Amino acid sequence: MSRINDVGGMQGFAPVEQELDEPPFHADWEAHVFAMNRALIGQGVYNLDEFRDAIERMPPEEYLASSYYEKWFHAVTTLLVEKGVFTAAEVQHD
Amino acid sequence: MSGDHHGEAAAISAHVRHVETLLEQRGLVDPQELDRALTAFLAGSSPASGARVVARAWSDEGFRTRLLGDANTALPELGLSMGGGLQEQRLKVVENTDSAHNVVVCTLCSCYPIALLGPSPTWYKSEAYRSRVVRDPRGVLREFGFELAPDLDITVWDASAESRYMVLPRRPGGTEGLDEKQLAALVTRNGLLGVAAV
Repeated sequence: MSRINDVGGMQGFAPVEQELDEPPFHADWEAHVFAMNRALIGQGVYNLDEFRDAIERMPPEEYLASSYYEKWFHAVTTLLVEKGVFTAAEVQHD
Repeated sequence: MSGDHHGEAAAISAHVRHVETLLEQRGLVDPQELDRALTAFLAGSSPASGARVVARAWSDEGFRTRLLGDANTALPELGLSMGGGLQEQRLKVVENTDSAHNVVVCTLCSCYPIALLGPSPTWYKSEAYRSRVVRDPRGVLREFGFELAPDLDITVWDASAESRYMVLPRRPGGTEGLDEKQLAALVTRNGLLGVAAV
């Protein structure tokens, strides 16, 4: 069964919008998520395939509503809990 | 936008800081190392390397042949590689001609020749582009302001984690006198992805 990330050929999406002179990151937290993920993969906490899988098994409505780095952060926290690095309560933030 | 939007941005920013602090306390990330990695990443955050590859291919027929035959073994001639990320990736360079045009996508996620082009633009990662460019490539190119001649064949290349694609655009006319540096300056990121002509 395909998952929500498998959008190739799917109909109903809007026209493509370009952002002129787009910066690599749109907010500081995105750069931190990027760097954190790289460090955690580098340390072998999880691997790249596990990371992609953690994005691709997001619930469809959450996947479609999330920005690119929101998906990344979702995957990082999901894997930190699943790998037993932290508890779900620890990674929560009020 | 709305106050809610700003509130959400502040909330995720605080949440990221919280998790990063936990990781620092656990000794799993080193803030200085994070800064170093980011600086290195941003230093390569432009399509300049991809443009150099194209300029060399336009100028040197032997290099062009080697690049199209096996890009990974040709790149070191320019001091470049596909190993800038977490793992070495295969690169296939696809050539635009007077009868064929190529476009690059990753329908499943965001696979991209980051080692040569830097971080990918948001549109490349959008569901809109990923879903539609494989079904209606000419229509999507039109949204980029690029009207492809009807007699050109179009091929859409779908990248994967292990295999990445880059377009070798057609060399513009009237550029015979230009050196590689001047040629590279003509090459745009959109041209390297096939959503624009050069």
